[in-house]
Amino acid sequence: MTPHKTTLGRTALAVAGATLAAGVSMAAWAEYETLVEMGYPAPQEGELVHVPPTMADLEQADIHPELKQVIHRGYELFTDTQQLRGKNVFNDMNCSSCHLGEGRQPFSAPVWPAAVTLPDFRGKNQHVNNLEERIAGCFAYSMNGTPPAYGSDDMLALSAYHQWLATGAPMYPDQPIYGRGFPAPERPESLSYARGEALYAEQCAICHSDDGAGLYQDGEYVFPALWGDGSNNWGAGIVRTHTAAGFIKNNMPLGQPLSLSDQQAWDLAYYMTRQERPQDPRFTGDVDEVLERFGATFHKNSSYGEVREHDGHRLADHANWGEKGDVVPWNVGVPRFEDLKD
Amino acid sequence: MRTVRIARGLGLLLSLGLAGGQVQAQQAGDAARGQQAAATCVACHQADGSGMHVAGGESWPRLAGLPAAYIAKQLHDFKAGRRQNASMMPFASMLDDQQIADVAAYFSQLPMTDAQGGEAADEALLRRGEQLATRGDWDAYIVSCKSCHGPGNQGAGSTFPGIANQHAGYIEAQLRAWQKGTRANDPQNLMGAIAQRMSDRDIRAVSAWLANQSVASD
Repeated sequence: MTPHKTTLGRTALAVAGATLAAGVSMAAWAEYETLVEMGYPAPQEGELVHVPPTMADLEQADIHPELKQVIHRGYELFTDTQQLRGKNVFNDMNCSSCHLGEGRQPFSAPVWPAAVTLPDFRGKNQHVNNLEERIAGCFAYSMNGTPPAYGSDDMLALSAYHQWLATGAPMYPDQPIYGRGFPAPERPESLSYARGEALYAEQCAICHSDDGAGLYQDGEYVFPALWGDGSNNWGAGIVRTHTAAGFIKNNMPLGQPLSLSDQQAWDLAYYMTRQERPQDPRFTGDVDEVLERFGATFHKNSSYGEVREHDGHRLADHANWGEKGDVVPWNVGVPRFEDLKD
Repeated sequence: MRTVRIARGLGLLLSLGLAGGQVQAQQAGDAARGQQAAATCVACHQADGSGMHVAGGESWPRLAGLPAAYIAKQLHDFKAGRRQNASMMPFASMLDDQQIADVAAYFSQLPMTDAQGGEAADEALLRRGEQLATRGDWDAYIVSCKSCHGPGNQGAGSTFPGIANQHAGYIEAQLRAWQKGTRANDPQNLMGAIAQRMSDRDIRAVSAWLANQSVASD
């Protein structure tokens, strides 16, 4: 691999990625000027700012041709995960449905941080995860599926893509990462399902359809499903109201980020996450048991098991697994390092 | 899972489309009646609905194969002044609601025709056009055209018309109009927001590349 410099200025070469530490000037990473002009926060002193390389950079990169192909395969899997439909994916989603801009986009949960912050302890499954296990989680929950095996070609390709995007970023950075995740705006005092519903019809239904099923056209899911069998299941991170609000505020409507007020983003998130979707793979038959076991680490932030006021429906009180049927994601509930827990 | 297919070429029965708010209720259109009512349209849009790329002038869009509901909306918008065009307003005003539905049905079921205007574009410009059309340029927050205009940019539902295989001059004119604000009948300013981030070169690039995309009829 071409060695990379971490400096305050950009080199004139075809740099695969640029990573800068504290005290940066705007000119040093011109790629993010547009974001700041659009209203995103400017990078703060002390933040790690990383501009992931693009597929065009990959073409120019001085790396082994087979590595290029493998990274490209990862990119294809990331942007067209539907090719694994019926094998690993059992809903209508692609990784890039939520990780916008091919997984490079700040404030849209860019995926390269996973490559430099893992292995680490993960609250969700209460043990140390590496990058592949993190990706496996996305298959089990967001894709309502079952992951490719650790070490398989597909898993290698996906991790290679994540790592390629992290080119030049320091391993285990001790700084906060600019643009990481779907940062939620401050939660307003009250959330309104009715307001969310009305706003959805006005702002979102044009793409995501009245019933939240998205739009399928000529063999592709143009706009993803937000709820129902085509969408992520109850175990996916985005069912948490604050995560959904962060996604919506920073990315929606498509092409018009930051156009909704904080209240609007939260109301929409509340509405969207109180619609039905396939069951959480950790379900053992009892909603209260799931809340007991996974409330503290996860579902305290979602509407799982809550009763909707307007129709008395208890959310997630069902055994609908969606298209997956009785396929069980092999990675869910598998403990690690049990000997360390003595 | 709900799977919805849009039969783009069949304009005989206009549906509400999948879009939530913006597509107004349409009357059923009859293509045979529409052919009659389209007598005045063909002078510019041609008998086969192919339109014409007019270099340095006002291009007339291909109408053949566009979604009927989209064509109808544009005609209603021209008539009501929601979309401004000196050439189109008098023609749209000559049609009543039924004729609009019929004419839209007629053009939508005509076989796709090839576009012009992208022949002279150089390699670099076309590469930029392809980039924007298929992957976008997220650093400039230009979402790819296909994100909304569908696979192959051949359209998504009836709200987002196909733009592949459309005359370069027409696409350019529309993008510039959105940039300047002289066209604003797109739902929720979805197109305007994107157009405003495009450079002049971006507009020429994407128009040339899309014009070069030959699309087979359904």
